[in-house]
Amino acid sequence: SPVLAEKLGLGRAALPEEVAAWNHDVRPDGLGLPEGTGSVEDGETIFSDNCAMCHGEFAEGVDNWPKLAGGMGTLDRDDPLKTVGSYWPYLSTTWDYINRSMPFGNAQTLTPDEVYAIVAYILYSNDMVDDDFVLSKETFLDVEMPNADGFIIDDRAETEYPQFSQAPCMENCKAEVKVTMRAAVLDVTPDVAGDE
Amino acid sequence: MTVRFKGKPPSRRAFLQGALASGGAIAGATAASAAGPDPLITEKQEWAQATGEGVDATPYGLPIQFESDVVRRNVEWLTADTISSINFTPIHALDGTITPQGCAFERHHSGAIELRKEDFRLMINGLVDRELVFTYADLERFPRVTRTYFLECAANTGMEWAGAQLNGSQFTHGMIHNMEYTGVTLRTLLEEAGVKPEGKWVMVEGADASSNARSIPLEKAMDDCLVAFKANGEALRMEHGYPVRLCVPGWEGNMWVKWLRRIEVGDAPWESREETSKYTDTLEDGTSRKWTWVMDAKSVVTSPSPQMPITHGKGPLVITGLAWSGRGAITGVDVSIDGGKNWKEARLAAPGQDMALTRFYLDHDWDGSEMFLQSRAKDSTGYVQPTKTQLREVRGLNSIYHNNCIQTWWVKPNGEAENVEVS
Repeated sequence: SPVLAEKLGLGRAALPEEVAAWNHDVRPDGLGLPEGTGSVEDGETIFSDNCAMCHGEFAEGVDNWPKLAGGMGTLDRDDPLKTVGSYWPYLSTTWDYINRSMPFGNAQTLTPDEVYAIVAYILYSNDMVDDDFVLSKETFLDVEMPNADGFIIDDRAETEYPQFSQAPCMENCKAEVKVTMRAAVLDVTPDVAGDE
Repeated sequence: MTVRFKGKPPSRRAFLQGALASGGAIAGATAASAAGPDPLITEKQEWAQATGEGVDATPYGLPIQFESDVVRRNVEWLTADTISSINFTPIHALDGTITPQGCAFERHHSGAIELRKEDFRLMINGLVDRELVFTYADLERFPRVTRTYFLECAANTGMEWAGAQLNGSQFTHGMIHNMEYTGVTLRTLLEEAGVKPEGKWVMVEGADASSNARSIPLEKAMDDCLVAFKANGEALRMEHGYPVRLCVPGWEGNMWVKWLRRIEVGDAPWESREETSKYTDTLEDGTSRKWTWVMDAKSVVTSPSPQMPITHGKGPLVITGLAWSGRGAITGVDVSIDGGKNWKEARLAAPGQDMALTRFYLDHDWDGSEMFLQSRAKDSTGYVQPTKTQLREVRGLNSIYHNNCIQTWWVKPNGEAENVEVS
């Protein structure tokens, strides 16, 4: 058992300040959320100043940058639009990811209140809350994510492995072979290096 | 990463032009030998008379200039920028199984960071008896292991779900590398901290801005995960996580956290961005699989292939490629030259090893007619690499990740090869 294993005595005790400095992660049950609060109204300004240049004023995305809003009901379509509103199962992930890794190129510069406000604004952009909504540690778990039940745990062991573990055909496996799609027709492969 | 066609396509210049031009020169030299004495033999060459470079010329060498095409390549339209992006290993031009670090693919979410060993710290916190901080020097004092594993990006071949898109094995299958790692088992470090009985999951995160946090069940963490500081004999490259990365054998590359800075033990998964928004696989009915950690058995013919046309004409031809499985060892590879009508068992260069690349060869006498080349991997669980049609029947077209389908190259009578789908 790992608990009883012999120790080598390497490393040193992590100090509480050190753990606090790095341990930012937030779980779906809210574990890790700091005290704080932020409104849709505040979030609109903060988002405009820090996020909109890539993600758009309404979180709709600029150019190829990720869209954070929209796409409701598209997951079973040909070209699903996966956003916080249409796809993400937990609000904790939005808070955690923005807090740790956004804005892109200037991460870990937002205060907890600012993160609450931005998350509130993204919810508003996804038509999930009204414009007077205020998000806080206390109200956090009240928010219902539309696609919370949209995920299943890897089921390949049941749905694929038995089917793909049959003895394969070796001879005369099919009557004809026809080309159905060609990459050269699409022609989106880069040219050889330096040959522009 | 967005793995479907977006934005302006690159210029329409034929990708094959460069490869065929250089290949033609080699074929010409072969033909000249029949016409008369070969001046490369009958005339004294400069390299046989003058001297070459001294041993002080190159303290750390790069490949000779003639191999300048064996490099990482990126595909501009795949991602919004080059910082959170991907490039591709030139697997078409490599042989054997070990990937040279200098051209082994990269995937970053906030760029490749520069982290000195002196500035490196690794923290273990959460449900442990003692929360610990290690320096790099501490890690070097733990008992060490050396193991060879493939690292395959979950999105490898992801652009090919909807059809044949990119023309070359580097682009269709090059989000992979295979290295010999040296480091400390994650188990050793967790035992040093002492995992509490209620600890069921670990969260691993990097020192970079993206953090790339992922949840790993404790069973896997205690089984074969490696906290590695050497690859292919030397320190990790900056872009591969210097000075310390995690190895998660057989599992999707995203979980191989680079610039590893913290391991937290918890009683539930974290459901981070990289295991909810990304690295979840949407099925046809709109539900999505999560925690699709293992990379299933897969293979690809690396030569001939679109970047490796046949330039020597009819006769002896080496058909070669790579096979791998995250669920065990490769036990065999079948190769078809007629699009899957008939198969022959290829020769493995060495017996398959668990969760590592395996090289295969089929020595073929090419009659100059068109071929539809395919390879089909089999692993130690009895799993046989499926066709794209079989995978689509289960998953639809939108799962982005985990495309381990059989690849087809259409080799034409002139020796050129093209990425195609066949019926």
